[in-house]
Amino acid sequence: MNHGDNTAGGLLTGRRLVKAHGRTEALRGATVTLDAGEILAVTGPSGSGKSTLAHCLSGITRPDAGSVTYAGRRLEELPEKRLSELRRTEFGVVFQFGQLIPELTAADNVALPLMLAGAGRAEARATAGEWLERFGVRGQEDSRPGELSGGQAQRVALARALVTGPRVVFADEPTGALDSLAGEQVMTALVHTVRETGTAVLLITHDAQVAAYADREVRLCDGVAAPQGAAA
Amino acid sequence: MSMSTRHILLGLLASGPSHGYDLKRRHDARFPQARPLAYGQVYTTLQRLVRDGLAEVEGTDSDGGPERTVYRATDEGVRELSRWAGEIAPPAPFVTNEIFAKVVVSILSDGDPAGYLRAQRAAHMDRMRELTAVKTAGGADLATVLSADFALNHLDADLRWMTTTAARLTTLTAEVDTA
Repeated sequence: MNHGDNTAGGLLTGRRLVKAHGRTEALRGATVTLDAGEILAVTGPSGSGKSTLAHCLSGITRPDAGSVTYAGRRLEELPEKRLSELRRTEFGVVFQFGQLIPELTAADNVALPLMLAGAGRAEARATAGEWLERFGVRGQEDSRPGELSGGQAQRVALARALVTGPRVVFADEPTGALDSLAGEQVMTALVHTVRETGTAVLLITHDAQVAAYADREVRLCDGVAAPQGAAA
Repeated sequence: MSMSTRHILLGLLASGPSHGYDLKRRHDARFPQARPLAYGQVYTTLQRLVRDGLAEVEGTDSDGGPERTVYRATDEGVRELSRWAGEIAPPAPFVTNEIFAKVVVSILSDGDPAGYLRAQRAAHMDRMRELTAVKTAGGADLATVLSADFALNHLDADLRWMTTTAARLTTLTAEVDTA
């Protein structure tokens, strides 16, 4: 259905998204488009709906109203099984705390998504090693998450998010728990890698210095995308 | 005399006719962080505003004491004020005072401070993206990185103030209106 919005051509588009948590409306008609290969910062004060927007766009949460279109497919029309397959193959996710599995080594954490997709362990571990090198954490293959610094753990989490070759990575405050230099290393590694792979990134952040790594900014205010100032 | 003293006095006049003494008092109360204005500077600025057609003499006011000339903004002055208040400040390396002055003047003269803040934020973000690209490009030398860090942190401080101000704007407008 054509809503007449100026959002045609995006890789991932949320239109007029509404989502309530109990009686609180986190999203109140937000429309956001992510283009292929683009890094888009979603900023706004806490409680403005940033994380809820990421959850709706990534298919983790179904919106109460509005639609999410990914590569021409309406997520709300997909059965749960197809949706979770799409999330596993097309999307990667990184949170503020990388949420690595504490019992697994860094290499096994990165290899896991490949093994879930059917790769053998040796092959998956070899590919994981390449990705750890790409993110500057080669040599930490056998470390467990508890033995890594915060910045190293986030770079392992980025490697895990990108190892399956997703077209979109959702990064929710990926440097939120890091000091500024560790955050800079994580963001630089992320930006350099996705420029090579052509992966689009939806970067949720409250920090303007992190948002400055993105190509563009959308500001959320009270669950809607605020009008943008005239770009130079 | 800076350009902004001229526009700030014009902004104060636009919110109500005043004589020089009253303008100085209102300026010093409204911009407590700025250096207090000298009377000489106020009168020189008023004369130039009149010469440029942005202000005019409304009359005199003695109020029992010495006779004082009362000035008001002309229509052209109000237009000039609106142009200045909406014009973004070049974002380098930090510009807080000018942004602050424009927001207050916009509020005083019924302008569009929220619209100005959005445009200024977009300009700040553009500059911060450029600085970030410079800093993270392969082969950037230490001096370049340190200088980009310096500008980024100051622009970020401007932005945080602008974000808070945008959120406060309703309250701030009500307060300035009653002053």
